[in-house]
Amino acid sequence: MIRYVLWRLLQGVITVWFIATATFFVMHNLPGDPLADEKAVSPEIRENLEKKLGLDKPIVVQYGLYMWNMVQGDFGLSFTEENREVNAIIRDHFPVSAILGVLAIVIAGVGGILWGALTALYRNRWPDVVIILLVILGISVPSFVFATVGQLALVTINNIAGFQVLPVAGWGTVAHMLVPALVLGLGTMAFLTRLMRTSMLEIVSSDFVRTAKAKGVPTAQIFSRHQLRNAVLPVITVLGPSIAGITTGGFVVENVFGIPGLGRYFVLAVQQNDYGVIMGTTVFYGAFLVLMVILVDILYAVVDPRVRLE
Amino acid sequence: MSELSFKPVSLGADVEQRSRPSLSYWQDAWLRLQANKRAFVSLFVVVGMVLFAFVGPVFWRIDPHAQDLDQTSKPPWEDRRALIVAPYQPWSGVSASSPEGDYVAPRSLEIVGDATTTFVRLVWDPVPVASGYRIYRQIVEPQSGEPLGLPLGTVHDGSVSFEDRLDIRPRTYWYSVVALDERGEEFPEATTIEVEAVFATTVANAIERGYVSNPESLSVGSTIHVPLHPFGTDYLGRDMLARLMEGARISLFIGIVAPFLFVIAGVVYGSIAGFLGGNLDHVLMRFADFVIALPFLLFMILFKLLFGIGPGESGILPMLVALVLLSWPGAARLVRGEILKIREEGYVDASRLLGTHTSRLIMRHMIPNTMGVVLVTFTFAVPSAIFTEAFLSFIGMGVTAPTASWGSMCNDGIKTMESTPHELIFPALFISVTVLAFNLLGDGLRDALDARMRYGE
Repeated sequence: MIRYVLWRLLQGVITVWFIATATFFVMHNLPGDPLADEKAVSPEIRENLEKKLGLDKPIVVQYGLYMWNMVQGDFGLSFTEENREVNAIIRDHFPVSAILGVLAIVIAGVGGILWGALTALYRNRWPDVVIILLVILGISVPSFVFATVGQLALVTINNIAGFQVLPVAGWGTVAHMLVPALVLGLGTMAFLTRLMRTSMLEIVSSDFVRTAKAKGVPTAQIFSRHQLRNAVLPVITVLGPSIAGITTGGFVVENVFGIPGLGRYFVLAVQQNDYGVIMGTTVFYGAFLVLMVILVDILYAVVDPRVRLE
Repeated sequence: MSELSFKPVSLGADVEQRSRPSLSYWQDAWLRLQANKRAFVSLFVVVGMVLFAFVGPVFWRIDPHAQDLDQTSKPPWEDRRALIVAPYQPWSGVSASSPEGDYVAPRSLEIVGDATTTFVRLVWDPVPVASGYRIYRQIVEPQSGEPLGLPLGTVHDGSVSFEDRLDIRPRTYWYSVVALDERGEEFPEATTIEVEAVFATTVANAIERGYVSNPESLSVGSTIHVPLHPFGTDYLGRDMLARLMEGARISLFIGIVAPFLFVIAGVVYGSIAGFLGGNLDHVLMRFADFVIALPFLLFMILFKLLFGIGPGESGILPMLVALVLLSWPGAARLVRGEILKIREEGYVDASRLLGTHTSRLIMRHMIPNTMGVVLVTFTFAVPSAIFTEAFLSFIGMGVTAPTASWGSMCNDGIKTMESTPHELIFPALFISVTVLAFNLLGDGLRDALDARMRYGE
C-alpha cells in the first residue's frame, strides 16, 4: 500500500512538472509583449520592469528560476496589479472556489448515488422514467443556461415571497453558496446518476445478491450492504475527473453569480493579459487536479483491494 | 452397422439450412439502430441540424450580420405592421397661461398625432398653481399611491406639452403627468393616459432597410408589413434565424471536425502503442497521461493566446487545433485497449499463420474491428466539443462579434434575458437539442455496435 501511494505520488510530481514546463513554454512563445499595456514607458523604466519580472535573462535561466521558485511554492508576481504576488491572489480567491467546488461535488455525489440507486430499484417504472428524463436534460443543457435560469428562479422566488429568501448574487454566507453549488453540481450529478444506474443494474442481477436473497437477508440490508456498496465503486473512480469538470464549470457559475473565486479571476487575468497570474493559476490548478486524482485513486485502492494487485 | 444408417446425399440437395438472412456486422448494427426509436429519431435530428446549418442559408437569404436598429430585440410573435410616417419634424410644443381654479392634477391629457415609435407627443390643460410639470412613462399601469419611478422629463415656463423620443418600442405605455408647485415639489395627484405606440418608419427608411419590394406603393399614413423574422431579432436587430444558421455552422464545424480529427489521431497513436507494445507502448501511454492531466479549459485559452488572437477576437481555427491537441489521449487509450484485446483473438493468430503481412493485419483486421468503439467515442465526443465551444464563446474566449455561434448568442441573450427571453432561449434550445440528439445517438450506437455493453436501458 505504501509503495502504491509513493508510486502514485512520484507520478503526480512528474505530471505537475510536465504541466509547469508546458505552461512555461506556451506562455513564452505567445506573440505580443507582457508589458505592452504599460502606457508610454521610457526605456529605463521598461528595463527596470523587465529586470524586476526577470524578463531580461535568457530563456533557460528564466525557466530554471521559474522552476526553482515554484518548487519553493512561489508563483511570482502579477504583471498588471503592481506588487501583488500570485500567491496572494491564489490565497485570496482559491478558498472561495474550493468551498463552492466541495459543496457542488458533495451535492453531485450524494444526489447521483441516491438517484442512480433509485432508478435501478424502480427500473422501467415511473420513478426511473422521470429521473432518466431529468438526467438526459441535465447532460444536454449547458451549465451557463442552468446558471442563468437558476439566478432567474431566485429572483422570481424572492419577488413572490416579498423578501429575500436567498441572495441572488455575491458571496459570504451559506445562503450565498446553495444555489451556485447546486447549479455547478447538476451536470456531474446527472452523469453520476447514469453511471450509478448502470452499475447498480449489474449488481442487482449478480450471484451474491441472489444468494443473499435466498438466505433470507432483509431487503433493506441487501440494498445497503450488498448492492449500494458494490455499485458505488465505479462512481468513486470518476470522482477525480469530475472534480476537474466542476472546477472548470466554476468559471461560469462564478461569473454569473458574481462570486470572487479563482475561476473568475483567471478569466479576468486572460482579458488583461496578466501573464504572471495566468501562468501561476494554470500550474496551481493543474497541480490541484493531479493531487485530487491521486487522492481518489488512493481512496479507491483503500475501498477496493483488487486495485492494489495491479 | 446396417446399411439403413446411411443415406447418400444427392448433389442437388440443400445442405445449408439458413433460418435468417446472413448479415454483416454493420448491417446488423444498422438494423439494431433502426429498432432503437430514440436513437433513430436522434439520427434524423442530427441530419436535420446539418441541413439547417448548410442548406438552410440557400433558402433563408438574410445576412446574419445585417443590423436594423429600428427593430432590436423583437420577439418572433411581435406585430409585423409598420406605419409609414413623414420624416421627423421638430415640434414647437404648446404653451398656455394658468387659468383660475383650485385643482392640482392636469386635465384632459391627450396625445397629438399618432403615437408611434418615432415620437409620442402629449398635451394637457394647464393647472392653476403649477410652476411646471413632470412626466413619467411606465410599462405597467401605475397604481394610485405607488411611486411612479424615474421621471422622463420636466417642463417649465408655461409649457403644457412634452415630446417623448426616448427609445419607444411598439407596445402599450402609461404616461403620467404631475404638476409642480412653486418650489418645484410634486403635487400628490397625477393624470395618466394609456398610449399604444405603433412601429413607424419613414418612406426613405423603409426603402433603405428593404422592408418592401415596390417602393412606389409607399405613402405616408399607409401600413406595411416588415419582413418576417421567424425567430425574432437580437439586440442589434439582426435576424435570429440567419444567426442561428451561422451559429449552427460554427458549432457543428467545431463539434464534428474536431472530434473527427482527434479520434483519427487517437486511432493512429493508440494502434501504434497497442500493436508494438513493450517499452514504446509504456512511453507513449505515459505521455498520453500527461496530456490528459493538463487543465483542459485553461490550456484551450492559452492556445488561443498562442495563435496571437487576443481577447475579443474570434478564433475558430485555434479552438479546433487546441481541441485536437488536448483531446486525443482519451481516444488513444481506448483504441489501445481494443487493439490489445484483438491482438489475442483467434482470428488474428489464424491470419498470421496464413502469412499475412503485419501492415495488412493492422489495416484489415485490427482497425476495422476497433471501428465500433471508435464510432461510439466519436459520437460522445461531439456533444462535449459543442459544449466546449459554447462555453468558451460564452465567457468571451471563443467566437466573438460579429460572427455568431450558439455560445456567443447565449452570451448576448443573457443580458436581456428578463425583457426579451427569446434571445437566450433559441440558441440555448439549439445547443440542448443537438447535444441531446448526439448523446442519444451515441447510446443507441453503443448498444447496437458493442455487444458487451448490451444490457440494461
